[in-house]
Amino acid sequence: MGDPLVLLAPVGIPLLGVAVTALLRTRPRACEALGFVSVAATLIAAIALIRRAIDGGPAALVVFGGWPQAIGIAFAARLPGPALVVVASIIALAVALYGHADIGPRRRRRGYDAMSLAMLAAVNGAFLTTDLFNLYVWFELALLAALGLITIDRREAQIGGAIRYAAFGMVGATAVLAGIGIIYGVAGTLDLETLATQLGSGPPSVAVAAAGTLLLCGFALKSGLFPFHAWLPASYASAPLPAAAAFAGLLTKMGFYALLVIVAGVFGGIGATTAVSPPLLTTIGVMAAATMILCALSALAQSDIRRILGYQVVAQVGYMAAGLAIGTRDGVAGAVFYMVHSMILQANLFLGAGAIRRATGSWDLTRAGGMTRSNPLFAFLFAVPILSLAGIPPLSGFWAKLLVIRAAFDGGSAWIAAAALVAAMLTIVSMATIWSEACWKSLSGRRVRKVPGAMLAGMAVLSAVTLAIGLMPEPLLRIARLSADALGGTGS
Amino acid sequence: MNVLYAAAVAAIMAAAIYMILSRNLVRIMLGLALLSTGANLLLFTAGDFSNRQPPIIAPGQDRLGDAADPLAQALILTAIVIGFALTVVLATVVLRAWRATGSLDARTVEATEQPDAPELLDPDNG
Repeated sequence: MGDPLVLLAPVGIPLLGVAVTALLRTRPRACEALGFVSVAATLIAAIALIRRAIDGGPAALVVFGGWPQAIGIAFAARLPGPALVVVASIIALAVALYGHADIGPRRRRRGYDAMSLAMLAAVNGAFLTTDLFNLYVWFELALLAALGLITIDRREAQIGGAIRYAAFGMVGATAVLAGIGIIYGVAGTLDLETLATQLGSGPPSVAVAAAGTLLLCGFALKSGLFPFHAWLPASYASAPLPAAAAFAGLLTKMGFYALLVIVAGVFGGIGATTAVSPPLLTTIGVMAAATMILCALSALAQSDIRRILGYQVVAQVGYMAAGLAIGTRDGVAGAVFYMVHSMILQANLFLGAGAIRRATGSWDLTRAGGMTRSNPLFAFLFAVPILSLAGIPPLSGFWAKLLVIRAAFDGGSAWIAAAALVAAMLTIVSMATIWSEACWKSLSGRRVRKVPGAMLAGMAVLSAVTLAIGLMPEPLLRIARLSADALGGTGS
Repeated sequence: MNVLYAAAVAAIMAAAIYMILSRNLVRIMLGLALLSTGANLLLFTAGDFSNRQPPIIAPGQDRLGDAADPLAQALILTAIVIGFALTVVLATVVLRAWRATGSLDARTVEATEQPDAPELLDPDNG
């Protein structure tokens, strides 16, 4: 396949799927099959893309409309984008498998398939684009698709969650847009690579600092960093479960990806090469430390599984931001590794929460239990992400935490490492609570139902990937280091 | 000129944020629409309007002379369309909230989070 095809397929295939499933909305079975085929084809395209991205040649690039690079919008296979496209497609596949048991014909008739494919396309588009404004457009598309998914049952709680999500999302997007406007006024381009050279060589200015602040706030809100995290757990809890799993895996990480590209790629966050980057990195470091500790604490206070996991999603973004805030190559590589690990894991945990709900009839931990005895296979599949999030070796979470914490010590940011270690302790407590309440505790007086096979299959895909990363961290570590180099290269 | 536009952006955005902080859902919606208008005006200002020539290459020349920046205009057009789409979707959701609760107060809409309502115990078997 030629480069343009490889780059366009991960966005084009799901968008085509959106069009067709939207037309076939009245036939839920056809929609489901078609949605699944689109996601599988996207995954194959994504694998072709990552092979192209790490083959050592010059990065694949396609500029639309025949414009020169700094003016036209381009897609590029620049790491970590392609790796994240693969992960996003894997998550979409697992969620589609799981959805066979959880999404009935009524929701499919309301366009569930079309909206989840649109979300996948938007996320992949954001991971591949090299244009700042195009990135903003993909964020808005993802916001629209997510709004549709949250309100799909038209329940009152969903309407409340959707209004909160829309209000916060739109404010964040507008902050990003304002930042983009100022950057365009200063640099005269929105191509990320050209921007990096322009901002790197120029003297520090108020305008660039203002734009950096607006972009930081906007993307921090999208990724749920403290103090912009309050909306996230509640909105995720109101979406249908498979959609919430996709949100947890994809949406916050999309926000963090943007932060990574802006801070490490454009503002020279690796090695603090521009005048703006030292204060920017310190700010992110404080936000990251606060996010990790406060959200891990908040998770302890909840008893609704979805809310616990919602707070954990945010706390994990804190770890990634910590890696970014260290401002070294190792730190950024740690952040990329953490991101891949965490996307897979969070989606899996949400899927597990849905299975617990299906078996015990409750989202509430105090009323759940007995899963080990009734569903031993589920208990095993759920243990993988739980232990991995807690950071137990040899699972992926151990390596991810190790990389970030070691980079923090090496980079002279011991306080970030300390915050990460405290948060890790709290996470272990919170994960142990979920596991022992839902699985070990015996449930008297109520029957625990069997978890459907499709749900287990969806979880099995993600658990297998988590195990694979844990047992063979080397390939992912290599990709993470290449990503840090690629991001740093654009900043020099 | 730039100062005038900057002041206008600041005023519009301040008004928008004031409205978003309200409890009335319609005010929040209008505030969000106004906020994106402010951002569009900011983009417009960033496009540097010192030149008013259309970006057309004169006959007999192979490059563009002094001309207005067309890219900023393209960005604003896109942003207007996106902002409009989001406002419409949000209006639908607000309308739905009003029909469901008969109220436009954010407090009544947000307070409805019962995780174990009976209708939820058996989701989606229709």
